[in-house]
Amino acid sequence: MAQTHEHGAHADHGPQGILKYIWSTDHKIIAMQYLFTGMFMAMVGGFMAYVFRMQLAFPGTSVPLYGVVSPAEYNALITNHGSIMIFWVAMPVLIAAFGNFCIPLMIGADDMVFPRINRLSYQVFLLSVLVVLASLFVPGGGFGGAWTSYPPLSANSAYNLTRLGASMWLTAVALEFVAFLLGGINFITTLMNSRAPGMKAYDIPMTPWMIVIASIVFMLSVGPLIAGAIMLLFDQNLGTGFFDPNRGGDPILWQHLFWFFGHPEVYVVLFPAIGMVIDIIATFARKKLFGYKIILYTAVATAVLSFFVWAHHQFIAGIDPRMANIFTVTTLLISVPIAEMLFVSIATLYGGSIHLTTPMLWALAFIGEFLIGGVTGIFLGASGADVYLHDTYFVLAHFHYTFFPIAIIGTFAAFTYWFPKMFGKMMDDRLGKIHFWGTVIPFNVIFIPLFVLGLGGQHRRIYNFQNFPELQHMQPLRILATGALIVMLFFQIFFFWNVIKSWISGPKAPKNPWKANTLEWTADSPPPHGNWPPDQLPKVYRGPYEYGHPDAPEGMDYWPQNLPPQNQPARG
Amino acid sequence: MQKPIATTRSATGIPTGRLAVWWVLASEVVIFGGLLASYVMHRLGHPEWANAAAGTNTWIGAFNTFVLLSSSFTAVLAHQAAEHGDGKQAARYLFMTIGGAATFILVKSAEWTHEIREGFTITANGFWSFYYTAAGLHAMHVIAGAIVMAFVARDAARGRELQRVELIGIYWHFVDVVWIFLFPLLYIAK
Repeated sequence: MAQTHEHGAHADHGPQGILKYIWSTDHKIIAMQYLFTGMFMAMVGGFMAYVFRMQLAFPGTSVPLYGVVSPAEYNALITNHGSIMIFWVAMPVLIAAFGNFCIPLMIGADDMVFPRINRLSYQVFLLSVLVVLASLFVPGGGFGGAWTSYPPLSANSAYNLTRLGASMWLTAVALEFVAFLLGGINFITTLMNSRAPGMKAYDIPMTPWMIVIASIVFMLSVGPLIAGAIMLLFDQNLGTGFFDPNRGGDPILWQHLFWFFGHPEVYVVLFPAIGMVIDIIATFARKKLFGYKIILYTAVATAVLSFFVWAHHQFIAGIDPRMANIFTVTTLLISVPIAEMLFVSIATLYGGSIHLTTPMLWALAFIGEFLIGGVTGIFLGASGADVYLHDTYFVLAHFHYTFFPIAIIGTFAAFTYWFPKMFGKMMDDRLGKIHFWGTVIPFNVIFIPLFVLGLGGQHRRIYNFQNFPELQHMQPLRILATGALIVMLFFQIFFFWNVIKSWISGPKAPKNPWKANTLEWTADSPPPHGNWPPDQLPKVYRGPYEYGHPDAPEGMDYWPQNLPPQNQPARG
Repeated sequence: MQKPIATTRSATGIPTGRLAVWWVLASEVVIFGGLLASYVMHRLGHPEWANAAAGTNTWIGAFNTFVLLSSSFTAVLAHQAAEHGDGKQAARYLFMTIGGAATFILVKSAEWTHEIREGFTITANGFWSFYYTAAGLHAMHVIAGAIVMAFVARDAARGRELQRVELIGIYWHFVDVVWIFLFPLLYIAK
């Protein structure tokens, strides 16, 4: 409280009481709104996964807490699981929540450049959440045409039987895009213009860099899909024929518009996760980041290449084989900068003084698990192999080996790392480690069997495998995957217990519990409105990863970005 | 609301508002780009759409092009007045631009009413679907821009936030440029 009083003049303006939390323009409060909404949606999406995995393991039986799953409900569940986990969990948490929290704090600014647009961004996002949740309960049920929403199935209610559900799903996705365009413009402009005095481009920590690169990729890839969403909405509701081949339209056009966004979207969520993982690795290896510029340039190379790989999702959609060759080459090419980024992060560990804290465990797990996702992607990017593997569980397992490390492992790494700054309390390391192993081991037990199932020819969009006698013998693998999922969901209890326990009765967090260099650790935990007193905003004198530097002040293996050089004691 | 210190900083040397407007335009370019690329690909695959395109009225389109370009001219004059610190004059020019926008929308309404009466509805054929979708999306941008411009003009008349006159002008030129693409693609190509 003393802190608030000290610079009370700055903290006083703005809404009071409960409005402080729902009508605030403070970037940290907006980050919390995104974070908690994203966590809630993660529980919704996780519950959906539980229900349809139960149906796959024990077809036709009543699922505890849900009941018997009908074929239409099954389709709605997988569709909304995918959409929710990508659009309403990965994006709001990785980009919006951590972007909002980290960017101003890590570049030494008191807020975003447009605080009210920031608030509007969350409000539009919240509206999209309400629309997508409501779409599950309208007559006809939720949309069941997969998160890719291919026409003609999605364009015509005579085929998908969810007239309202399909349009509401599409509207919700479009609103979500608007929210992230508003947020993205804020992030990009803030990073470009509002850095602390002295902070040059190569002094910016990786987390803000990566979130901003992700925002640019998102902004430049989502436009055609927004146009496509308008066209699809008109097809659904006005009776136009943009995607109807009988009327001069082209269903493949949607696939182009969708994947022109859909593939860069993978990198949109990957970049923030990898940026935060890199920051965590440098902090807990107590070593200067290896190859700062290499990481940055490979990220930019990945971002550029990501616009030229989309048609690898369409190898069996009837595209020209010559085009398939080109997209095979670009797709295999893009694994080069990504692999470089991951291996350079490993190089940071070499010779470091590694502290295996909970955030560090998550960060290391991210590297290991994402590598599996990346390597299996090579098989799918090669058009020859893809013809066999397309739309099998191999694709599904590959996808989850990329997105689970990004959206779940990356998020937990970031959450446990910045929790002391966000809430002013330290988390329980023992509970954190139980939660870590209880999540990462079952994750592999879920998805390795799915690779095997996919190689065995199991198609992904099947409601009941009892109808396919040749796939019957693999039922034990399906039961194993479902069992592991339930174990993993159970271990999330440890996470929530840890959060609540630490929040209420955890030890108070100092300003800089991890002895990190970046600017957010020079603010109070949690930082007040305005982050620093208005006359004491930090200045920057060096890069963010000066660990173990010989010129650092005596007795410190780190050298915060804001410490003026003259403060160092004379050496020798 | 008091502006944060972050908003007043300018590490790039470009004022924050102008920087943000350019990024808004970048996101708009890809939205219209996606739509127009889809249209052009379809048009090339359907030479028979030229028959439908013959139903558009090039003269009305040309008139609207003239109106919109003139409204951009007054937006430039408004910027010039704002640069000289003359908020009242800037507001007058902005209201003239809004007048251009209103003329554009009125002419377009009359044009569409006529076309719909003749049976050229959005579902008539692929060309007309693109015609109404692309021109409609553009018209939404005209209307939204005019509304925002009214707020900017109100502030400018009181001598406040004069830098916004330039920002809304940049946006207005963009709306203009989109129409420069739409006019030949929808009206002249027959």
